[in-house]
Amino acid sequence: MTDAPVLTLRGIGKDYGRTVAVDAVDLELRRGEFVSFLGPSGSGKTTTLMMIAGLQTPSRGEMLLQGRDLGPVPPYRRNIGVVFQNYALFPHLSVAANVAFPLQMRRVGRTEMARRVGETLALVGLPDHGARLPAQLSGGQQQRVALARALVYQPPLLLMDEPLGALDKKLREQLQLEISRLHRELGITVLYVTHDQEEALVMSDRIAVFNDGRIEQIGRPQELYEHPASRFVAGFVGESSFIVGRVTSAAANRVAIETAHGMLCGHPATSLAPGDAAVLAVRPERVGISEEAAGGDRNVVHARLVEVIYLGQSRKFMAALPNGEIITGLLPIALAADDLAPGQTVDLTWRASECTILPDH
Amino acid sequence: MEPVAADLTGAGPTSRASHLLLVLPATLFVLVVFALPVAWLLSRSVSDPAWGLDNFRTVLREPVYLGLMRNTVQISVATTVLCVLLGYPVAHVMATCPRLTRLLTFVVLVPFWSSVLVRTFAWMVLLQNNGLINRALLGSGLVRQPIEMIFNRTGVLIGMVQVLLPFVIFPLYGSIRAIDPALMPAAACMGATPARAFLRVQLPLTIPGLTTGATLVFVLSLGYFVTPALLGGRRDVVIARMIQMEIGQFGDWGVAAALSLVLLVATLSLLGFSRLLVRRGRPT
Ligand SMILES: Nc1ncnc2c1ncn2[C@@H]1O[C@H](COP(=O)(O)OP(=O)(O)O)[C@@H](O)[C@H]1O
Ligand SMILES: [Mg+2]
Repeated sequence: MTDAPVLTLRGIGKDYGRTVAVDAVDLELRRGEFVSFLGPSGSGKTTTLMMIAGLQTPSRGEMLLQGRDLGPVPPYRRNIGVVFQNYALFPHLSVAANVAFPLQMRRVGRTEMARRVGETLALVGLPDHGARLPAQLSGGQQQRVALARALVYQPPLLLMDEPLGALDKKLREQLQLEISRLHRELGITVLYVTHDQEEALVMSDRIAVFNDGRIEQIGRPQELYEHPASRFVAGFVGESSFIVGRVTSAAANRVAIETAHGMLCGHPATSLAPGDAAVLAVRPERVGISEEAAGGDRNVVHARLVEVIYLGQSRKFMAALPNGEIITGLLPIALAADDLAPGQTVDLTWRASECTILPDH
Repeated sequence: MEPVAADLTGAGPTSRASHLLLVLPATLFVLVVFALPVAWLLSRSVSDPAWGLDNFRTVLREPVYLGLMRNTVQISVATTVLCVLLGYPVAHVMATCPRLTRLLTFVVLVPFWSSVLVRTFAWMVLLQNNGLINRALLGSGLVRQPIEMIFNRTGVLIGMVQVLLPFVIFPLYGSIRAIDPALMPAAACMGATPARAFLRVQLPLTIPGLTTGATLVFVLSLGYFVTPALLGGRRDVVIARMIQMEIGQFGDWGVAAALSLVLLVATLSLLGFSRLLVRRGRPT
């Protein structure tokens, strides 16, 4: 029983007339997991969440909550917690009445209700704010109330749609940590929508990268960062530079591609065959500048610096290859020569085992 | 802070003077053609035919006049209740289905584009015993006797509700539109059935619009006289109609003036009460 998924999505999709908002999403959410939906605006994250909440009717597919088919269940019987982007607090009710609302709907007794409202408000750090109206709170406090209101009835699943989108960076980081803490302490299962990749990397057990109404890749943050399965994921999760080419030889963990800058090697993301169009993706922190031509395991390309940016702890540079492709690099300040300047020609180098070769569609 | 704000809005002494100048013509107009005649009329309530409160004694004691007031209040209450019950769903659809907003606005405003008389005579053609509706009902065999829908309370209410409906629909539309569209879905996710979500969330948040609309309808109903006069029966005489008859037929300016004052006081106290309610209903 403990291994039964809390939520299962099978080929769930939604059309609005001719636009396909969500194409086909498959997902299994384990108990206690924190999974993020990460993707650009319009990729179908909110629509997927709303279908799970029951606020949108899927055009196809199947959803199970703790093994029970959600299809015929109206939203008010699903018992799922939802935190909306703009909090959606009831402006005419006090903070305590907002948090008590779901308990009243469940006909919880008076004393029990008061106790749980008090406990939950304390849990989100607002023990003394029960009597205020939502309009008398700051944005961050309103978000805490929204969180308390979704947690107070201990739903098996908590959905959050860009809950920190409207807050400034500092407050956002503080609340990220706090949501993570609540997740750990309460052992609750969370589906969290964000378009901020850093947020997703910090908070999630697994990240589902959305693109065009589909999950492009799902995995642990480190997995996604180090082994992106597509050019889209390599570019969206973290930063990558790309060099296009064609596969000349393919082994299980080493692929060589012919590019405009010579033969380059890397780790294949999926199985590739000679002749396939491919693209090499490399992270900025893996790119070095070398004085002498390095051999062996390393890829080397000749490039011209177009920009050098001082970032305090490091120097970021962009270099143009002869065909216009741009490689971005990040050097720790101790390794970056002070005299790096735009216009210089340099040899860029990185290990073949530290870059990925992806199919290029 | 104060001087900066004053500079920014340009509300210096000069601009205050020019603001006064701008509202002067309208103020004078209202004063000359409305306030003065009304004051003159009202003054006759205590001076015509003799000084004293006799007119008020008549108006507030004699069964005829008390009956009129009862009619007026009954008709106004019924009209208001019907307008709210019929108008709320329309306002709700207008506010929540953007595709239907224009069409419904058009339909709701149609009565304003025809004169009171045209509209009322149209109702006569439709509602009388050998009118279109009764003939259709008789023809289809649904009824044996024509239903009396005109020259009685039913006729008055049909006519008044049709004309006054927009006054409750538009304020309600505004206040439903102003509600954050995520609130009702949020209530549903927290376990509120549609009915409970409506009673606990939408209804309380639309009380200001509801109060404004209902007050408008009630106040306008109190002073209505064309529709009750043309579509009502002998038992549907209202204060406004009586005022007109007192002056036009009996030449009793004193009683007419006293009735007017009663109507005016009732109207103003209602407006004051409604403002209080709207202000209380607004979250601070
Ligand atoms: N109510 C709607 N009617 C028509 N199209 C919609 C509606 N809601 C969303 N869409 C479309 O569906 C796509 C996915 O939207 P959404 O799920 O909101 O994306 P995200 O949350 O990832 O930004 C978008 O192209 C959007 O324009
Ligand atoms: Mg969204």
